[in-house]
Amino acid sequence: MQTENHHAISIRNLKKTYDNGHQALKGIDLDVRENDFFALLGPNGAGKSTIIGIISTLVRATSGQIQIFGRDVATDVYQTKLSLGVVPQEVNFSQFEKVGDIVMTQAGYYGLKGQLAKERTEKYLKKLDLWDKRDNRSRMLSGGMKRRLMIARALVHEPRLLILDEPTAGVDIELRRSMWDFLQEINRSGTTIILTTHYLEEAEHLCRNIAIINHGEIVENTSMRSLLGKLARQTLVFDTFSELTAAPVFEDPDIHSHLIDSHSFEVSMSTSRDINALFNVLSQQNVLIKSMRNKTNRLEELFLSSLSTQK
Amino acid sequence: MFNGHKYIAFETILIKEVRRFTRIWMQTLLPPAITIGLYYLIFGNLIGRRIGDMGGYDYIDFIVPGLIMMAVIQNAYSNVSSSFFSNKFQRCIEEILVSPVPNYIILLGFVAGGMARGLLVGIIVTIMSFVFTSLNIAHLGLTVLVVLLTAMVFSLAGFINALFANTFDDISIIPTFVLTPLIYLGGVFYSIELLPAAGQWVSALNPVLYMVNTFRYGILGTSDVNVYWALSMLVFFSALLFGVALYLLRRGTGLRH
Repeated sequence: MQTENHHAISIRNLKKTYDNGHQALKGIDLDVRENDFFALLGPNGAGKSTIIGIISTLVRATSGQIQIFGRDVATDVYQTKLSLGVVPQEVNFSQFEKVGDIVMTQAGYYGLKGQLAKERTEKYLKKLDLWDKRDNRSRMLSGGMKRRLMIARALVHEPRLLILDEPTAGVDIELRRSMWDFLQEINRSGTTIILTTHYLEEAEHLCRNIAIINHGEIVENTSMRSLLGKLARQTLVFDTFSELTAAPVFEDPDIHSHLIDSHSFEVSMSTSRDINALFNVLSQQNVLIKSMRNKTNRLEELFLSSLSTQK
Repeated sequence: MFNGHKYIAFETILIKEVRRFTRIWMQTLLPPAITIGLYYLIFGNLIGRRIGDMGGYDYIDFIVPGLIMMAVIQNAYSNVSSSFFSNKFQRCIEEILVSPVPNYIILLGFVAGGMARGLLVGIIVTIMSFVFTSLNIAHLGLTVLVVLLTAMVFSLAGFINALFANTFDDISIIPTFVLTPLIYLGGVFYSIELLPAAGQWVSALNPVLYMVNTFRYGILGTSDVNVYWALSMLVFFSALLFGVALYLLRRGTGLRH
């Protein structure tokens, strides 16, 4: 039965113990709102793929409940599966089938036939830049193309919820950016997206909310903005036009500077500090700034901090 | 899932299966044609002429129905076991498992694929038999019914084999050590009337004997066994294996962790 809520997915006390005794999930509670772009992060073996496996029914939960758009995965199998698209971590299509046939076949599993299946296949293969490859055997595709094929296949029935398990692993930077644009486009069109990734920059760039899982438990579950707001210090790297013999000096004891080379230095400071004040000091010392960047990935620091807190 | 959608899903699995075994016809359709052709030539024609009558018929006429049935059994079984296991091995079975296709449609789709290959090979070797003899089918309806039920039983058995299989070796063990002896001792090459009483009693436990003899009855009009009993057994085995396969599929045996 469908109940009124605004969650694309709602997980309650989800536990999974495998036959070998390994307890992969220790009672997960997680809500993802409709239309969200949600990041599920965690180190290898944390339980991310187990959660995705249970949602997609490839893994049986030991206990707990999952609802997709208010419908129970265990009892309302048809409707929940109809609203779900999954892009797995590993390639899981036949290496001997043609690209177009793989997407058409998936359309058939969802009851799409004939012209509609052809139109959807063409639409998503074109969107993912694979239309020219439709008559090629899938084993001939590059790694990045195989990942895009799995996305096209997952979208052919136009699910309301798309789960991507490390979709850009092994994909070059240019292609990764174009995949980000595509995922943002379908998210804007109303598809809820849950993403697991090892590229924390990717999660920071794409996702509005985030959960961090470790040893089968959720250790952080908040908005990206709120999580990044927890960052206490940051390190900024400055490139200069002028040649430096020493790092600029700051009177404020909270700000520490360090010379990297004759044309660059770094400054470590609290995130609550005003960066404009920093520029004023640099101007007074006749240091002409060419460019500035954050030295470390902010999310990476928080991610490591969350994991170390749990230890 | 709506009935229309279920039919489309069934048709999709069947088309995929037919596309697979026709794409690799050198591995699926040609070898049985060559093997059975050699049986016709060597056992039926060359040696058969010296053997004389078997069950009141020329030896070639006697063994042709058995050889056709042997081809149907082996190909229906191996199509489902190898295709489904290959889907498991490559993990593309996940494509179906995450979709809303009900378990019984998955089962029917793969079984229909196995039956399609079994029947196609059966037709090929039947046409080839015309080179060596002329078949006059005594009971067409019964012949078709038996071949369909037999193909279904062995497709279902192949499916169950593939569910339990963890390696490619696991899908060759049953055909080599169980299926082949059952077929060769199932009255393909001889009438069980040639056997001593104990041998006839043991043969009566072999289900393939009933399939081969009922098919032979459909073509020649003669059989070592009661045809209605044999048909009942085929229906029983079809229902039993379908139930077992569906139960295993629902449990997720070999598929879901």
